[in-house]
Amino acid sequence: MNFASLNAAAARAEIFLAVAACAILLLGVYGDQARRAARCYGLSLVALVIAALLNGLDFSAANGSAFNHMFIADPMAKLLKIAICVLSAAAFVYGRQYNRHRGIFESEYYVLGLFAVTGMLVMASANHLLTLYLGLELMSLCLYAMIAYYRDDRLATEAAMKYFVLGALASSMLLYGMSLLYGFTGSLQLSVISSVLTADAATAAQPQAAIALAVVFIVVALAFKLGVAPFHMWVPDVYHGAPTSTTAFLSAAPKIAAFAITMRLIVGGLNALPDIWQQMLILLALLSVAIGNIIAIAQRNLKRMLAYSTVAHMGFFLFGIASGNAPGYSAALFYVLIYALMGLGAFGVILMLARPEYEADQLADLKGLSKRNPWLAFLLLLLMLSMAGLPPTVGFFAKLAVIHALVQSGLLWVAVLAVLLAVIGAFYYLRVIKLVYFDQPPSADPATAAQTTTTITEGDIAVSPAAILLLSCNVLAIIALLPWIHYLIAICNEVIRRFAV
Amino acid sequence: MTFLQFAFYFFASVLVFAAAMVVTIRNPVKSALFLVLAFFSAACVWITLQAEFLAIVLVLVYVGAVMVLFLFVVMMLDINIAELRAGFTRYLPVGGVVAVLLVVEIVFVLARTFSPQQFANPPSHAADYSNTRELGELLYTTYVYPFEIAAFILLVAIIAAIALTMRARAPRKRIDPVRQVQTRREDRLRIVKMKSASRTAHRDQQDDAS
Amino acid sequence: MREYFFWLTAWLPHNLQVTMWVLTKIVAILAPLMLCVAYFTFAERKLIGYMQIRVGPNRVGPRGWLQPIADALKLMMKEIIIPSRANRFLFLTAPLLSLGPALAAWAVIPFSDGLVLADIDAGLLYILALTSMGVYGVLVAGWASNSKYAFLGAMRCAAQIVAYEIAMGFALVGVLMVAGSLNLRDIVLGQSGSMLHWYWLPLLPLLVVYFIAGVAETNRAPFDVAEGESEIVAGFHVEYSGMAFAVFFLAEYANMILIAALTVLMFFGGWLPPLEVAPFTWLPPLMWFGVKTSLVAFLFLWFRATFPRYRYDQIMRLGWKVLIPITLLWIVVLGMVKFYTPIGVWFA
Repeated sequence: MNFASLNAAAARAEIFLAVAACAILLLGVYGDQARRAARCYGLSLVALVIAALLNGLDFSAANGSAFNHMFIADPMAKLLKIAICVLSAAAFVYGRQYNRHRGIFESEYYVLGLFAVTGMLVMASANHLLTLYLGLELMSLCLYAMIAYYRDDRLATEAAMKYFVLGALASSMLLYGMSLLYGFTGSLQLSVISSVLTADAATAAQPQAAIALAVVFIVVALAFKLGVAPFHMWVPDVYHGAPTSTTAFLSAAPKIAAFAITMRLIVGGLNALPDIWQQMLILLALLSVAIGNIIAIAQRNLKRMLAYSTVAHMGFFLFGIASGNAPGYSAALFYVLIYALMGLGAFGVILMLARPEYEADQLADLKGLSKRNPWLAFLLLLLMLSMAGLPPTVGFFAKLAVIHALVQSGLLWVAVLAVLLAVIGAFYYLRVIKLVYFDQPPSADPATAAQTTTTITEGDIAVSPAAILLLSCNVLAIIALLPWIHYLIAICNEVIRRFAV
Repeated sequence: MTFLQFAFYFFASVLVFAAAMVVTIRNPVKSALFLVLAFFSAACVWITLQAEFLAIVLVLVYVGAVMVLFLFVVMMLDINIAELRAGFTRYLPVGGVVAVLLVVEIVFVLARTFSPQQFANPPSHAADYSNTRELGELLYTTYVYPFEIAAFILLVAIIAAIALTMRARAPRKRIDPVRQVQTRREDRLRIVKMKSASRTAHRDQQDDAS
Repeated sequence: MREYFFWLTAWLPHNLQVTMWVLTKIVAILAPLMLCVAYFTFAERKLIGYMQIRVGPNRVGPRGWLQPIADALKLMMKEIIIPSRANRFLFLTAPLLSLGPALAAWAVIPFSDGLVLADIDAGLLYILALTSMGVYGVLVAGWASNSKYAFLGAMRCAAQIVAYEIAMGFALVGVLMVAGSLNLRDIVLGQSGSMLHWYWLPLLPLLVVYFIAGVAETNRAPFDVAEGESEIVAGFHVEYSGMAFAVFFLAEYANMILIAALTVLMFFGGWLPPLEVAPFTWLPPLMWFGVKTSLVAFLFLWFRATFPRYRYDQIMRLGWKVLIPITLLWIVVLGMVKFYTPIGVWFA
């Protein structure tokens, strides 16, 4: 074996990003306190953009593999990686002012972010249980730290602790499932596992019950990581407790990585056993769409509400995977990309509204936003419409694609339930719109004025125009992409068609 | 029973005993010390499996470094174990039932499918076989990618630990050892030439003072 | 020797014979070692005495030569006092935990070509693993004594040893890169030739780091903050008396000689003579090993007589911010030199 046979160039984006993160870490040590954080922030954005470009350059190249088939470069990996890099960079931009006000605008925060992105990229093109797990851990470890980074905040510390404990539990379950799988198939490589299982299924060599045990552990661990019901308990606490900048980061790219790991493990590795995991996924998806949408109605905190909405959306994308056919996978891919865009936008709006000493994360804070800040109010309107899945937005087409796939694979009753639950979910999205457009701004009575009115009504001077511009592009994409929607779906179809097993 | 079998059973039983003590003993320091014993016995078991490199590294890393730090922290913190166990008896029935169920399920499923006879014994190696070299070659060629990712995970752990706990308090008073070492006599000591006071002058001063 | 022993004990079962032979070898290593330790303490007191322009111990026996024996007798006679509310079992185990690794490490030390108890493949790692375990004696002693001073000493010792162990390990990585083996015998044989082939020359920075780390690992001056008799009385062994104290004492000195022996093996050619020519080769290899080890061990005493004790934060700073970066850098340089430059052949 020599160096060339490793084909390390295929993983150039990961390698570049990891090296860049190390370099930025070093650069963050020198210079004066104020300048070095800004420098590291800027360099992190540049690094993310370059990493995205490195993936985009040979997007349509043939599937390749590297490091003895531990790394795989197929169009799905590249598409997901581009989305991960771009959305993470956007999350950094939105959270800059917020971080600065809360004393967490430090170089290490961005270095941790870059390492988290590296972990996600590793997950996106993992073809080996080892790399899959290590990528997941690299990402999770950074996320725990990024949540706890707001050290003086009790809620943030608590959220990080909960996330850490549950994440460790989920990781151990994943490892246990993986070890069983290794025991049954004798390989850690997903493509080998897949072929062994296919051969076994043909000859009925392995008893189904034993493999089902492994699959149960893996699916439960994935459900924890995805945050789908009934393993969603950590989601609201983490989304609420984390500093909003981290929540924004958390709500976009890691979801895409979670999609990647689900695809690689379930569809790539266990494709021979759809009847084992299909029912589990349908159950999980139904539960989370139901629980997410119904409990979200009772929330008074915007971040918590969006957390439950995430649970529901994750359930929706699982419907796509659970349908077990190529259109379903393609719909899930499309859904998760659109969701990441919308989730990031929603938290971006909260970040733009936040001021020092003021989080803007209560639903009541949104009352009459249209009068105070019409543009952000309009963006929020678009986001809510799209999240609810109402027609003139891409959110509608995403939901439509998933439900279409469900119907195609003969799961009509699931599709009907999904639609009904989505309708229930529309209630709380529309309530936000009502608060923003039809409620009066909080009266100027002295009790609330001190906290809210003075800080909000003083306008948006604190937020940089670049961040607003980027957020506007992000949110307007929900509408602006409509003419090319078929083109986007075609890309997703093509990507799934060439999904490497 | 050959000597090797005897050694295996001896170390394995010590390992199981120590592991059980780790979770049952009341005193956290003793618990950590039993964990040390457990690692050590595990290393001995590995040696009987001809994995001497792994065994020694287990002792070196876990016993020699990780557990020292662990003990360090446990000793410093003076953990009140009674407080930690407050809800233990309350949750014991539920936890116990879940654990037993899981074990029964796993045993039920695996007992029918796995048996040692399914797997052939690995071939034994020649006397000059070095598993150090073997491991090194695998780690740095076949498994270089996961190996490097694992290295980054450790790096992240370091960064996170430092970032979350180190608070730069301004202004800090710190001694720069380089400057401290480089001080010369002239920096600290000034020899002032003075005329020796005459006896009378001295007496005058005394008078003034009184 | 081996044949003779087996002939002598031919009436025993074979397994027992082997066991007895190994035990004999262990005794043959440990008995002289203990004697060395005893006279090392004597040498220390004498040498430091001379350095401070006094005579040192000179009452017991001719010129004080029986002093170590008298000390040993005294310590054996004394009562072992166990502090109230101390953890009795751990209190008494701690000295053994300290001595055990210090003696067990000698199993892989080759005294001359072939003269070694266990010629194992990963000897260097074995040494590292065992020296890193010595800290448990100190930690457990400090905790089990139920005393503030002892506890402070133990904490200082733990943090210090963890810090310096890393530098030490990295220094040894350099050695094994050059030697291409973890076996101590191969490492020595890799240095054969002359003084210029010994590893002290290409690995000079690592030698310095290794020795400093070795001094710190053995808790000797100027890194003896774990004892720190002027601040925390006697640190981790403040509550120990009699034989229990003596065992700590033995462990410390055995460790010093061990570090000296390892320095000789890895950087100064072990049992090899400085030049492979007539007057040097007259001395048997074992003697060369002894002479070199004594010279390095002398440095420990010299340090103690010369240097003031480091302040604790300075120790940490030196360990983490100076020694570890130096070793890391030198390992990179070594790798480059070995694989990418013509003089790399010199190492191979």
